[in-house]
Amino acid sequence: MHTTCYTPADIWRLLEQVSDPEVPVLSVVDLGIIRHVEVSDRQGGQHAQVTITPTYSGCPAMDMISANIRMELLMQGVHSVEIVNQLSPAWTTDWMTEAGKEKLKEYGIAPPVANLSACGSSDVNEESGIQCPLCGSLHTHVVSHFGSTACKALHQCDDCKEPFDYFKCH
Amino acid sequence: MSVDTIKFALHLADNNLIMSQRLSEWTGHGPALEQDIALTNIALDMLGQSRNFFQYAAQLINEGRLLKEFAPGTNYPLDEDDLAYHRLEHQINSHLLVELPNGDWAQTILKIYFFSQYQQLMYEQLLQGNDAHLAAVAEKSLKEVKYHVKWSRDWVLRLGDGTEESHERMMKALNVLWPFTGELFEETTWNTQVFQHQIVREKWLQLVSSTLDEATLALPVLPTFQTGGLRGVHTEHLGYILAEMQYLQRVYPGNDW
Repeated sequence: MHTTCYTPADIWRLLEQVSDPEVPVLSVVDLGIIRHVEVSDRQGGQHAQVTITPTYSGCPAMDMISANIRMELLMQGVHSVEIVNQLSPAWTTDWMTEAGKEKLKEYGIAPPVANLSACGSSDVNEESGIQCPLCGSLHTHVVSHFGSTACKALHQCDDCKEPFDYFKCH
Repeated sequence: MSVDTIKFALHLADNNLIMSQRLSEWTGHGPALEQDIALTNIALDMLGQSRNFFQYAAQLINEGRLLKEFAPGTNYPLDEDDLAYHRLEHQINSHLLVELPNGDWAQTILKIYFFSQYQQLMYEQLLQGNDAHLAAVAEKSLKEVKYHVKWSRDWVLRLGDGTEESHERMMKALNVLWPFTGELFEETTWNTQVFQHQIVREKWLQLVSSTLDEATLALPVLPTFQTGGLRGVHTEHLGYILAEMQYLQRVYPGNDW
């Protein structure tokens, strides 16, 4: 068995290979759910502690994400992995990377728009101004605040008429 | 750690679990695909919140070695599933409102509106409370609840101030559900330290009255409210919910798939 000597930065890079099972173009790093990484030396090899936070309380992907993180790090030679779940501070789409937002758009999902949004304010007001990821038009309307997964809402473009998913600001 | 905190965490978990179980009955039966999906998403959020409260309660019960008091017949270490699947009717402290049958669409959305608006105000108070774990779950849950309030409130307005039939159905739903809303603010020995019921009640009444007014629905006047859930005294409906929900785990304890 080969020995490894990863720094926390190396672990972060490895985690970029772990994708969100529901939106596979995004890595768990893009999604902003990795809060903290620590490495330590233990008997037998390196131990990694990865702190993650759930996107939504009931997100069924979280168990799978934890398992995939563990699997990836073990496959890369980390001796043992501990996943810590942290609820507070609560996840926000502000933690999504810019690269992640670009990937979402290319994938056909409108990325969260923070400046007109619900983030921080007490109201949920994301009715308009969401850009169609297909034709780029701003003439769109919300069809439903709830979509195919907990993190998405359903919108429709008034110009190209295509329905599309919007990654809700949270 | 106090026994009251465990009781309160279990109560919050029970409320979300039973509400979620009821709403999931709509799966595949919604009036339109988008609304079916909205309901299942709301049910899923509530189930997730329920799990967070159950996990916390299980942790406290294990630490305090209080299993006999809260979940007799189970073994250490207790987990969230034991608490959801192996407690009986009289051990469950959910509000009566959440176990009521879904009724028609009007009754379902009005129930979600009443409950979510209550949850929003209650969670806001938990954020200020002295239990860091409950505050963390509340912080997470609040972001989800705001969407539930918005969605259900929009429907209350649309149906209340809609057609003659939709208005009539909303009035009927209001008369069915209203007697169960007072219990949301009932104080008992284990919930008074955690949030101020009077403040939540006043804010809730204010928000709900304004919504009902905008929806052209007249607020019923009632001298008393139905209570019992906080003492484990339920309507006949809870037993049927548990019979269905707990069946598999009772027949095949600990079964996993």
